[in-house]
Amino acid sequence: MSIHDEGFAPAETPEGIEVRGLVKSFGSTPVLTGVDLDVAPGTVSVMIGPSGSGKSTLLRCLNLLETPQAGRVRIGDDEIDFTAGVRRGQSASLRRHSAMVFQSHNLFPHRTALQNLMEGPVFAQGRPRREVEEEARGLLARVGLAEKADAYPDQLSGGQQQRVGIARALALRPRVLLFDEPTSALDPETVGEVLAVMRDLAAEGRTMIVVTHEVRFARDVADHVVFLDGGVIAEEGPPQQVLLDPQQERTRAFLGRILSH
Amino acid sequence: MDLDLVRESIGPLLSGTIRGTIPLTAASFVGGMVLAVLVALARLSRVGVVRWIAQGYVSIIRGTPLLVQLFIIFYALPSLGLTIDPFPSAIIAFSLNVGGYASEIVRAAILSIPRGQWEAAETIGYSRTMALRRVILPQAARVAVPPLSNTFISLVKDTSLASTILVTELLRKAQEIAAPTFEFLTLYSLAAVIYWVLCLVLSIGQGFLERRLGRHLQPQIAKVEKVRQATA
Repeated sequence: MSIHDEGFAPAETPEGIEVRGLVKSFGSTPVLTGVDLDVAPGTVSVMIGPSGSGKSTLLRCLNLLETPQAGRVRIGDDEIDFTAGVRRGQSASLRRHSAMVFQSHNLFPHRTALQNLMEGPVFAQGRPRREVEEEARGLLARVGLAEKADAYPDQLSGGQQQRVGIARALALRPRVLLFDEPTSALDPETVGEVLAVMRDLAAEGRTMIVVTHEVRFARDVADHVVFLDGGVIAEEGPPQQVLLDPQQERTRAFLGRILSH
Repeated sequence: MDLDLVRESIGPLLSGTIRGTIPLTAASFVGGMVLAVLVALARLSRVGVVRWIAQGYVSIIRGTPLLVQLFIIFYALPSLGLTIDPFPSAIIAFSLNVGGYASEIVRAAILSIPRGQWEAAETIGYSRTMALRRVILPQAARVAVPPLSNTFISLVKDTSLASTILVTELLRKAQEIAAPTFEFLTLYSLAAVIYWVLCLVLSIGQGFLERRLGRHLQPQIAKVEKVRQATA
């Protein structure tokens, strides 16, 4: 585990994730065909793979934006067995553990940056407004946007928007952070500022799952790299192994393609 | 034009406007909007029967003349044993009519909000209802203001049809004064001017509402305002 700065440690205990036999198809198109995944608490897992390999779908299944047809997911003490069917209240309970950062940030355009952060904690979690606001201002400061609290998303640059998106996820006090290609929609010059925030979060010892094409980020920050291809995990392991010395031919081919750009 | 007649009739005409046209329009629009949101949600429902009922309602309202709807409620319902006074009859007919048309506007506005907004609302822990109330409808409202303003402005003028079921609104007042004096030109022109002024006020209100609901959509203007405030 990485050494982390005191005072930056998250208030919430990071949790681990266990996925077994996850199956998801859209109509007759299979996307995930039996995925097993283990994520240890406080570690960073990076998921890479060609488009259509199912990495975003897998991430979205963990947050229940997609409902798998079979398999089970456990986060902390909450578990859903999708083969048996989802019972009432189970999804909300599992979803509580995680927060999602989207590729296209999906900030609420009619709310200021600060209001975007406060929305979930105040109106979904029912926490006291004053306490939430204080914490939200702190989070905006952490992502370097203290002075943008009252700006609307459209008044911010792409990188700033995504940093607000990360702060909004943190405001939910999640035990697991999910990132779905957080830098793919950004201008090249703003990618760095978003990755810097993510590095800080990783250094705090948070549980993070990141879908990305940023191989350097994976190499520097990940504890575990997962290579998905054709709806299954084709190879996984420490970044040195998967990225620098891949055992599978298709991993080598994929890395060769993205590194040549 | 007879100026004395103008002076004499302006009072009764304004009274017809203030006691007839304006409350009739306001009540019907409010009733219609409540109906419109419910019908729009019903049309987006996952339950087939709910969708069909809503669709049938919209189809009937849009497929029949407003005057016929008004006559059915006022003249035809009594033969089924249901007699309603002119003013409430008009409010019911106009509300039903506005509800049918505006529900399509509200539905389109809701559908225009990107799916990512629903997803973001879901991931911060909102139920579908909460997502709708706090995330989707506020944004849809901005989209719906211009077309709904059209509906509102049409309604102001459509309320003149209530004169046919004996509601003393603006047009009926004009008719009452014009009939014995044969001063049709003066009276109907005056009525036209009053309708036009009402609609003008509403158009100005529309502009104001669009700016207010669209604060977040005008970053440049907002920035300029901020700089202006800071330097003032």
